[in-house]
Amino acid sequence: MSWLKKLLPPKIKREAPSKKSIPEGLWSKCVSCEAVLYRSDLDSNLGVCPKCGHHQRIRARARMDMLLDPEGRFEVGAEVVPVDPLKFKDSRRYPDRLSAAADDTSEADAMVVMQGAIKTLPVVIACFEFDFLGGSMGSVVGERFVRGVRQALEHNCPFICITATGGARMQEGLFSLMQMAKTTAAITRLGRQRLPFITLLTDPTMGGVSASFAFVGDVVIAEPGALIGFAGPRVIEQTVRETLPEGFQRSEFLLEKGAVDMIVDRRQLRDKLADIITLLTRQPAASL
Amino acid sequence: MKTTFLDFEQPIAELEAKIEELRFVQDDSAVDISEEIVRLESKSQTLTKDIYAKLSPWQIAQVARHPQRPYTLDYIQHIFTDFEELHGDRSFADDKAIVGGLARFNGQSCVVIGHQKGRDTKEKIHRNFGMPRPEGYRKALKLMRLAEKFGLPVFTFVDTPGAYPGIGAEERGQSEAIGRNLYVMAELKVPIVCTIIGEGGSGGALAIAVGDQVQMLQYSTYSVISPEGCASILWKSAEKAPEAAETMGITAARLKSLGLIDKIVNEPVGGAHRDYRAMSQSLRRALSDALRSFADLTPSQLVDRRFDRLMAYGKFKEAAVR
Repeated sequence: MSWLKKLLPPKIKREAPSKKSIPEGLWSKCVSCEAVLYRSDLDSNLGVCPKCGHHQRIRARARMDMLLDPEGRFEVGAEVVPVDPLKFKDSRRYPDRLSAAADDTSEADAMVVMQGAIKTLPVVIACFEFDFLGGSMGSVVGERFVRGVRQALEHNCPFICITATGGARMQEGLFSLMQMAKTTAAITRLGRQRLPFITLLTDPTMGGVSASFAFVGDVVIAEPGALIGFAGPRVIEQTVRETLPEGFQRSEFLLEKGAVDMIVDRRQLRDKLADIITLLTRQPAASL
Repeated sequence: MKTTFLDFEQPIAELEAKIEELRFVQDDSAVDISEEIVRLESKSQTLTKDIYAKLSPWQIAQVARHPQRPYTLDYIQHIFTDFEELHGDRSFADDKAIVGGLARFNGQSCVVIGHQKGRDTKEKIHRNFGMPRPEGYRKALKLMRLAEKFGLPVFTFVDTPGAYPGIGAEERGQSEAIGRNLYVMAELKVPIVCTIIGEGGSGGALAIAVGDQVQMLQYSTYSVISPEGCASILWKSAEKAPEAAETMGITAARLKSLGLIDKIVNEPVGGAHRDYRAMSQSLRRALSDALRSFADLTPSQLVDRRFDRLMAYGKFKEAAVR
C-alpha cells in the first residue's frame, strides 16, 4: 500500500468489488436468436436453444456425456500426444500454440475417443474438440482415430465419429494431409468386418476432414444448421465473385442436394443412433 | 519454343539473350565468334546449375508452376503408347482438369490418370487451371475401378493448385468425391504409382495420390495448403508466402527426409521444362523400377503393404496417461 493510500480517510477507501457479484456464465445469449437464457436451462437442453432450436457448439466430453451410458466407459488413445515435426513457426511457435490450447481446453489435442455404450449397445466414439486449435486434424487426431477404429474392430462394435473441425492442421504440413488418407484407409477395415461406421457432422465440418472419412460413413448424419463443406464460404466467394445462395453449405442445403442421409436434432440423437445401430446389425430394437 | 525465365533466373536470361544476339550476328560477321558462343553457352549452363543448386522452397514453387512445365498429357505422349482417353464420370460431365484412360507402358496395358493444366489463356480456362470438380475425381474413380477389374496397374500424375472451390462443386459433393477416392485407393487390388509432377495442392492432389509408391519430381511441391493460403491465414498476409513455403516443408528433398515420400526423380539442369525428353526418360525409368518392385506381390499382399504404409503416417509421442 502506498503512503498516500494510508493517509486517505477510511471512509473513502476503495473497496474491492464485492465477491457476491453474479457468478460468471450464469446467463448465456443464443448466438442465433439472441434470447438471453439461463446457462443451466441451456445445458439441460443439451446446448440447444429452447427458444429457436439453434444447436450451439459443445465440447467433446460434454458430447460423450450426452450420448454414452454413464457406466463402463473409458478413454482410448489418450496416450498419444503431439510433437512439432516441422519446427513450425509463424507469428507464434507451434509448441506455444499447443500448450495455450491445452491450457484453454484441458485436452492434449483436438480429439477425444471413448469406448462405451449407447443404450447398452457397445460403441466406440471419436469426437473432435473444436476448441482445440479449431478442431484441426494433425498426427494425433489421425492416430487416436485409428486407435479408436482398432478398438472397435477388437470388440466387434460400431464406430462413430463426430466432427467439428476447420480441416487439416497447417502447422504439421504434409503430415496433416496424410491423416486424411490414414483415417479413411482405417475405415476400410471396419467395412471388411461389416461393422457400422456412422458419422455425425456438426458445426463446422470443413476441409480435410470433410473431404476424407466424413462422407464415407455407412450412415451420414448432420446436426441442424451446421456449416459443412470442402472449401470455406469466404474462399468460394473470392473465387467465383458472386454472393453465395441463402443457406449455402448448411445441413439443410446438404440434405436437399443429397449429400447427407438425415438431419437429427441433438435431443433425439441417442435414440436415433441406437435405432440405426440395431437396424444395421440386425438386432431387436433397443429397450431402455 | 522460347524459354520463359523466372525472376530469380534473370542472370541466366541476360546471358541467353547475349548468346542469341551473337548467333544472330554470326552469319554476317567477318570474325569467327563461334568459340565465344560455345564459351558463353557453357557459362550459362554452369550458372543455371549454380542457381538451381540453391533454390529456396518458394523458388522451387515457382519452378513447379512454370508456364512451360510438362503436364500430364506431355508425359503420356513421351512415356506411354496407344493412349485411349476415356472421358467423363458417366453421371454429370467430363471434367477437363483431369485426364485419363487406357495406355501401354513398356508394352504393358495400364491405366493413366492425371491433372491437366492449360498453356494459353483459352486452354487454361478449358482445363479450369487444373482444378478439378467432383466429376474429375469421379472420372478418376471410374478409371481406377476399371483398372482393378482388368488387373491393370495405375499411374497417376499430380499437378493441381487444389480442388476447385466453387458453388457447383460444393453442391455436387466435392468432399464426398475426394473422400471416396481415398477410401477406394486404400484397397484397390492393383499397383498404384503416384508421381507429383508439378503442384501437389492439398486434398485435390491427394485424391489421386494414395498409392504403393509416391514420388516427386525434383522441383515439384506437395503441401497441405498453398504457401499463399497458409501465409494469409497464419501471417494474415499472402506476401509472407516465401516464409510459409520455408516452414511448411513443401519440397521433394524436405518431404523425402521426413519420410513422407518414397523417391525423388531428378530433373534436367534448369528444370523439367528445359528438356521434356530427358525428363520423360528419367521418369520412365522411375516408373519401371516402381512397377517391377511390386511384380511379386499378390493383390492382398499389395493392399496390406499399402495399408501399413498409410497407418505409419504421422509424428506424435506416447505419454503415460494422466
